[in-house]
Amino acid sequence: MSHSEFILETRALTKAFGGLVANSSVSIGFREHQAHAIIGPNGAGKSTFVNLLTGHLPPSAGEVLFKGASIGGLPAHKVTRLGIGRSYQKTNIFPSFTCFENCRLAAQSRLATSMRFLRPASSYKAVSEQAEAALASAGLAGRSGRVAGTMSYGEQRQLEIAMVLATAPEVLVLDEPLAGMGREESEHMVTLLRDLARRYTLILIEHDMDAVFAIADVLSVMVNGTLLESGPVERVRASKAVQDAYLGDGAEAY
Amino acid sequence: MITHIPKRLAILLLVLLVVLALFPLWGKLVFAAKFTFLMQKLTGIMILAILAMSLDLLVGVAGLVSLGHAAFFGLGGYMLALMSPQYDAANLWLVLPAGLAGVAAAALVVGFLSIRTSGIYFIMVTLAFGQMGFYFFNDSKLAGGSDGAYIYVKPTVEAFGTTLVNLDDKLSFFYVTLGVLVGVYALLRVLLASPFGRVISAIGVNEYRVQGLGFNPMAYKLVAFTIAGTIAGLAGFLAATQYGFVNPAMLGWHQSGHVLVMVILGGMGTLFGPVLGAFVLELAHFAFESLTEHWLLPMGVMVIAIVLLLPKGLAGLLLKWTDRKEDGP
Amino acid sequence: MDFWFFLIQLLNGVQYGLLLFLVASGLTLIFGIMGIINLAHGAFYMLGAYLAWWLAGVTGSLVAAVLLSLPIAALVGYVIEAVLVRTLYKRDHLDQVLLTYGLILIFNEAQRIFWGNDVHGVAVPQALAWSFKLTETLSYPAYRVVLSVVCGALALVMYFVIAKTRFGMWVRAGASNREMVAALGINVKLLFGLVFAIGAALAGLAGAISTPITSVAPGMGDTVLIICFVVVVIGGVGSVKGAFLGALLIGLADTFGKVFVPDFASFTVYGVMAAVLLWKPRGLFA
Repeated sequence: MSHSEFILETRALTKAFGGLVANSSVSIGFREHQAHAIIGPNGAGKSTFVNLLTGHLPPSAGEVLFKGASIGGLPAHKVTRLGIGRSYQKTNIFPSFTCFENCRLAAQSRLATSMRFLRPASSYKAVSEQAEAALASAGLAGRSGRVAGTMSYGEQRQLEIAMVLATAPEVLVLDEPLAGMGREESEHMVTLLRDLARRYTLILIEHDMDAVFAIADVLSVMVNGTLLESGPVERVRASKAVQDAYLGDGAEAY
Repeated sequence: MITHIPKRLAILLLVLLVVLALFPLWGKLVFAAKFTFLMQKLTGIMILAILAMSLDLLVGVAGLVSLGHAAFFGLGGYMLALMSPQYDAANLWLVLPAGLAGVAAAALVVGFLSIRTSGIYFIMVTLAFGQMGFYFFNDSKLAGGSDGAYIYVKPTVEAFGTTLVNLDDKLSFFYVTLGVLVGVYALLRVLLASPFGRVISAIGVNEYRVQGLGFNPMAYKLVAFTIAGTIAGLAGFLAATQYGFVNPAMLGWHQSGHVLVMVILGGMGTLFGPVLGAFVLELAHFAFESLTEHWLLPMGVMVIAIVLLLPKGLAGLLLKWTDRKEDGP
Repeated sequence: MDFWFFLIQLLNGVQYGLLLFLVASGLTLIFGIMGIINLAHGAFYMLGAYLAWWLAGVTGSLVAAVLLSLPIAALVGYVIEAVLVRTLYKRDHLDQVLLTYGLILIFNEAQRIFWGNDVHGVAVPQALAWSFKLTETLSYPAYRVVLSVVCGALALVMYFVIAKTRFGMWVRAGASNREMVAALGINVKLLFGLVFAIGAALAGLAGAISTPITSVAPGMGDTVLIICFVVVVIGGVGSVKGAFLGALLIGLADTFGKVFVPDFASFTVYGVMAAVLLWKPRGLFA
């Protein structure tokens, strides 16, 4: 185990696209088994931050540390193998695969290699069990045979989560899991996320404040590519700077 | 990528296969004098069908549209031509593995350089490499340049001193080719059901997410490219054996485009579709050619009609047709 | 190498490049704006060449033949877009490839039906049938100079139209972001039809004016098509500026390849393309 205080940590993480600085010297630490939400208005740099954290973008400067080791600049497929799973803001599944096949592929990524050519994928029992368990955790136990593209939007969002779970991560990075959901679907998802928060280290990017307050222990606020405030939910919520910049004015909050 | 084949369709395909396999019996009665010619024609079509299946692994499954696939087909043929002694027979057990290894190595190198690009750029890079292969054999003194080269004596297939099969015998070669066709189909089915096959199929649908799950798409694409190239090389090896002749046109973009049309026309990602595509395209070609000197005209009209009327190719039509029947009572 | 010899090769390379640009510019715009990989584009080049040869025989004037073949190529392009291509915009790229492949077959056969399998040549017009004398033994044909000037002038016109006019603004918007065209309230049908017709006309013109320096033969469209795809990809798909530089690069590579490595001349063009794409996988200006 890590001797560091944090399981995942960024230090002065910076990303520039040409002249545009999307993330400017962002330093956040994520503690094990905590649910840590990151909020901020559109364009605050949250998505860039997630992409940097999970290797989907290489940082321009600064560091990402996982269990004390630097992982900044590692490609996405290596980062996820370390145990950092992520979901996507826009539903990002394999629509022509069944629900189960989506999760089995995710679980299969934990084999030492998938350069295995002869035995059918269905004969890897442990992989299949892991996929089924992930489907059950995400509330899709009865849906495994459905072709993913034919399911409802809410179910596709659940599948998105199930696929991450199937990769057996330690840290879950969820990029707006509630995006585009109706009220009922949202409530369902919040219940699921609260359950996940008990079992995983959770990093949650979310716009829905009610959901954030219901789930998160720690809250970070990003504005204009920088970290404005970070700390326990109640303290950040009460912060004057955050109130002014973000939470206070309902019109500006979105 | 199609993983499930409806039962009715499976039966239909099996019937077609049996009809094809029994051609030497019924063909003799129906076509009499033209029989041998037609059997050779069918053998040639089966070879193209193998080539089309190998391209389907790239185009239909992995989403890699190659317009230079014939380069490996031609290279397979040239491997045999270059390794055959001029007035003597080569030993198949030596030239086949050596030839395929050569093609695989070439596919590995070309693949390594090509998979860095995507979309239309991938189409064009593969086209460029294909044309480079074409001009390599066309302009060099190796193997007859633009005139091509002959393989005067076909390779021997022996075990413990006895000849297992005489490749010079047209009937035997028909069955050898049929065997390879079925074998390659089965091999690709096994491959697609394997963990590797699942990853490759997923790359064809959503490469970005495949990487997000923890697979390095480049590695899987490169292996798929190499496997497809090697199978194309096998088809080229068979073609060179059948005709006893190779020429640079085997590698050219016309050949690549022709096979790509078979794949799209037949139905991408279904494996059996491209086989049907090969048969329909070649038999139509043959029929039109015997009817009119201007056979390209009806060919063109047929291709356009299929695009407009059958968006998912012949396989799409068959799947829809057989699936609907299964849904019934 | 002798200076004059080098100059001649340089002029030939530029002239070939400019000619390629006429064909490739249409190809790159059709892909960039309409998203169509138009394999039949080379057929318009062939159509222009055969029309010029045929009409030159009928009218007795190459100039008249070129001026007549231009609107015919445009019209054929417009009709094909309106009747066939238009039905496939929402379909997969590969369906369009297949459709335009079918069109190639039809064009090639139609050419054979109308004009036969023979290879033809067209005489240089009387007024231009002379050469610039460079040295005692070397000279450069006036027709090639005029050809380069015409192509160069057209490239300038194209630059002006794309950079300065309203139609050019549509084209730029479409090439950089296809979805934006509809959002901007542009008449998409009209734009697509015009781009396709203009592309066909330019390719037809290139075929027509090149007849005195090349032979009019079956299959000529396919050869040009492949070279133009190379040009388009080197320049970056959808970029007219890229097509211009790519065309010059390929024109020069081909010409000097024939001089320096005659055994592998055709190899050089594809070698240049592979090298560019390995360096910049999306072309020079994409």
